[in-house]
Amino acid sequence: MSIAVTTQIICFSILSLVIIVGALGVILLENIVYSAFLLGGVFLSVAGLYLLLNASFVAAAQVLVYVGAVNVLIIFAIMLVNKKEDLNPIDNLRSRRFISTSICLTLLSLLIRVDLSNIWGLSDPNKSIGEESTIRIGEHLFSDYLLPFEVASVLLLMAMIGAIVLARRDVMNKDISTGLPVDQELIEKSSEPLLIKKN
Amino acid sequence: MNTGLDLEYSFNEILKGFGIPSELAHIIWLPLPMLLVLVAAVVGVLVTVWLERKISAAAQQRIGPEYAGALGVLQPIADGLKLLVKEDIIPAKADSVLFTAGPILVLVPVILSWLIVPFGQNLLISNVGIGIFLWIALSSIQPIGLLMSGYASNNKYSLLGGLRAAAQSISYEIPLALSVLAVVLMTNSLSTVDIVNQQSSAGILSWNIWRQPVGFIIFWICALAECERLPFDLPEAEEELVAGYQTEYAGMKFALFYLGSYINLILSALLVSILYLGGWGFPIPVEIIAKVLNLPINSSVIQLFTASIGIIMTVLKAYLLVFLAILLRWTTPRVRIDQLLDLGWKFLLPISLANLLLTAGLKLAFPQFFGG
Repeated sequence: MSIAVTTQIICFSILSLVIIVGALGVILLENIVYSAFLLGGVFLSVAGLYLLLNASFVAAAQVLVYVGAVNVLIIFAIMLVNKKEDLNPIDNLRSRRFISTSICLTLLSLLIRVDLSNIWGLSDPNKSIGEESTIRIGEHLFSDYLLPFEVASVLLLMAMIGAIVLARRDVMNKDISTGLPVDQELIEKSSEPLLIKKN
Repeated sequence: MNTGLDLEYSFNEILKGFGIPSELAHIIWLPLPMLLVLVAAVVGVLVTVWLERKISAAAQQRIGPEYAGALGVLQPIADGLKLLVKEDIIPAKADSVLFTAGPILVLVPVILSWLIVPFGQNLLISNVGIGIFLWIALSSIQPIGLLMSGYASNNKYSLLGGLRAAAQSISYEIPLALSVLAVVLMTNSLSTVDIVNQQSSAGILSWNIWRQPVGFIIFWICALAECERLPFDLPEAEEELVAGYQTEYAGMKFALFYLGSYINLILSALLVSILYLGGWGFPIPVEIIAKVLNLPINSSVIQLFTASIGIIMTVLKAYLLVFLAILLRWTTPRVRIDQLLDLGWKFLLPISLANLLLTAGLKLAFPQFFGG
């Protein structure tokens, strides 16, 4: 076994371990801030997997979009809306957990089934385009994937306009469904610091 | 295309002379450029810290550091040693894991970005195809580290500083990336080596600064904002926030922030010189010098001259820009947060978009001047 292959296997196992443990941490940890930071770690490790697959442009785009934009915004939102509320206890928690676990396991088995039954068209590793992939992605985005690309951008524009309308309270100062004036002081409300636990 | 020194090739040849197989030679070679660049970055920081102290002293009619070595050149080393042996304090109610991880997350992406900084045709760690895009992607990780340390300090000044830092770096990343995109459009490549080669045809006249004056100014403003230098040092505005996200930090963890911000400043200066000031190129093209001296272009004298002048020119251009940044820091007042966001979103963003559109139009109209 050559040194390059050994390095690849070591990198792959470390990255997969980080992804699995991190993703479990995101859903299982009680502290939402930890979950958000771990999510960033998971995104970074996925970018590492792309790098291992010789897709450096996709890896950099993954870091830029998911870590640099999505995850920062999630953390930003958590830190700005720093409200600590006691959630109402949920009844039938046990049966709910049982149902959600079984649904997740079914989905997992479906994915494993697809993975095993599908014949993956692996390309010859010597023929991989590697550094040329940036050009190839650009060509595809402006030819056969033009419509999905443009539709996605229109979707983002709609989301942006919606967010601006919601944020500008002088435009939307009444709740549409109830007709009551909207709570305008979300940020100014007094609140306990996140880290100090009330004993 | 392969002019200039190829250190890896010569190094491997020497090792082969000792009877070492080429694969092992490659493994011995791998850590060397990384170590070299790390040392270069740290030495660069020491020089910048000394320059900062001396220039700020001159701007305020003081003498500045004087006793540690000649002209106080050892002062930054003394500073570093002091920070190294100081007690490492973690506040009692702080979140110790995130508190420790924050500075690391701030420093590591900055150092990783040195991967793509070329000092000559073959004098860079890795000529990756995505080149300058790698730097843009890596610099977007930094705000997470800042938010993390701001939050983990359990201090309202720190949290505010971290939030400001993240807001600032998100808003200035977009015009920065757009002005880089205009340069990439002219080069037809993301690689930093290609970007410099594209500017090397006619010496100083072919530098991108003449073809991208608006992009140059936008990039410089955004780079200063990303480095949190005055006039944009709101995240650590002393009068308002004590020291922003670094308020609770001491000892080596504070030193990591300090190191990170200075390495980032040097990196930004290097990238400005690569993108707009011809990188390692001498103001007069080497071909003309070779013709005047009557030497063939691939003679060893000219090759040695090209390699050494390349490193000197890159460092010289970068330090001229660092000097400019230091002068700006000690002569300009700080902007307010609303002015900062207005400048970023309402002025720089539209202008950089217009600049990109103009570059694309000019490229179609005059392909010989703007890259075909």
